[in-house]
Amino acid sequence: MLTPLYLDNAATSWPKPPVVTAAVVRYLEQVGANPGRSGHRLSNEAGRIVDAAREVLAKLFGVRNPLRIVFGANCTEALNLALCGLLRAGDHVITSSMEHNSMMRPLRQLESEGVELTVVPCRPDGTIDCTLVEAAVLPNTVLIALTHASNVVGTLLPVAEIGQIARKHDLLLLVDAASTAGAFPIDVVADNIDLLAFAGHKSLLGPTGTGGLAIGERVDLSRLRPLMRGGTGSRSEFEAQPDFLPDKYESGTLNVMGLAGLGAGASWIRERGIEAIRAHHQTITQELIDGLGNIAGVTVYGTMDASKQVATVSFTINRMSPSEAGFLLDEEFNLQCRIGLQCAPAAHHTIGTFPEGTIRFAPGNFTDRNDVMRALEAVSRLAGRAR
Amino acid sequence: MSADACSVILFHTSNHAFRAEKVLKERGLSCKLVPVPRHLSSECGVCLRIERELLDSVKPVLLAAHVEIAAAHDA
Repeated sequence: MLTPLYLDNAATSWPKPPVVTAAVVRYLEQVGANPGRSGHRLSNEAGRIVDAAREVLAKLFGVRNPLRIVFGANCTEALNLALCGLLRAGDHVITSSMEHNSMMRPLRQLESEGVELTVVPCRPDGTIDCTLVEAAVLPNTVLIALTHASNVVGTLLPVAEIGQIARKHDLLLLVDAASTAGAFPIDVVADNIDLLAFAGHKSLLGPTGTGGLAIGERVDLSRLRPLMRGGTGSRSEFEAQPDFLPDKYESGTLNVMGLAGLGAGASWIRERGIEAIRAHHQTITQELIDGLGNIAGVTVYGTMDASKQVATVSFTINRMSPSEAGFLLDEEFNLQCRIGLQCAPAAHHTIGTFPEGTIRFAPGNFTDRNDVMRALEAVSRLAGRAR
Repeated sequence: MSADACSVILFHTSNHAFRAEKVLKERGLSCKLVPVPRHLSSECGVCLRIERELLDSVKPVLLAAHVEIAAAHDA
């Protein structure tokens, strides 16, 4: 029996470094308590675990004050907090045509409530013309909100350049870093990112159920409404929500075991070095792109240049639906990937693969050249069979 | 440290107290997380107990680390 060949890291990374598992187990077996509530030693240790996760993520993203990172369940929650918290009827927001539904659905909801929305069209390879972004700015524009990299084809968007446009017009910039946090260097100060939404369970190597939002100093907290209100362990004598970070946006007990793992995952990344991780991703991604491109009957989407994308490769096989290919890859080759629309219909409209979608291979930190060869052999066999 | 030579630093939230503890210990400044004394605040979280003579050196360290002090009292 073949071992699993897991190429679904863009959905959730796996396997995790052993230090991640160890941190989760340590919390469950030796700490266990509620963070920041009770004041006893176990509660304090839980609080330190959460603080350590904040600190290492702040270092990874160039956030100067770790207390400006608020945790939630995932990147979707962080994007909803930023979008629904900031935007009001009459405001204008600019986004791209490569967005995931975690961005598009809250934006479409807000649009139905009177927020004005411009979706800047991207090129079929997923790249964007920054002049179109600047041309879309209106007098009532308050926010540019876009993904750092497509979850379908991996194409990186030039957030630093768009950050300059945002700053020039005194707009806020929200970046969906679900596909890049932990996989690609991010510096919120250098890139002028005001709001950075991240997923804990993808390239940051934490468990599922973790994510968060880094809130920059240009964001007016009195304007940014929380998604939820509730117990924070602070200001308990008052029934009004605290107005300070991080408590304003962290009601209810956090996922401490998840954050223990996330902190360990981010530390593992810092020790290995984000540049080294990026270099590995780029090498295996280019091998995948080139190898898939050489198989007769296979069409690869995106820029074909791994230096312009993250480790996410989308392709189709002639005369074989993505769903059938995905089933056969799992069933016959023990290869796990993601097929279909990957929750990003706008991106598939842009690259021309709507409504069938694509087969998506997303290698990770532990994917090596032998894995790539095995994946290419599997696709080659399926393509040969379909011909 | 004996309690009569100590001060307590109160924060708006325990999240700030954990941050403060980390920052001070990194700089070799001794401190201890303790429950907020009831006579100082109805807060249910924790505060930091430090030696009273360290208070003046602790304040700028916390300021530089973006940790706001809500109040400081003799313990």
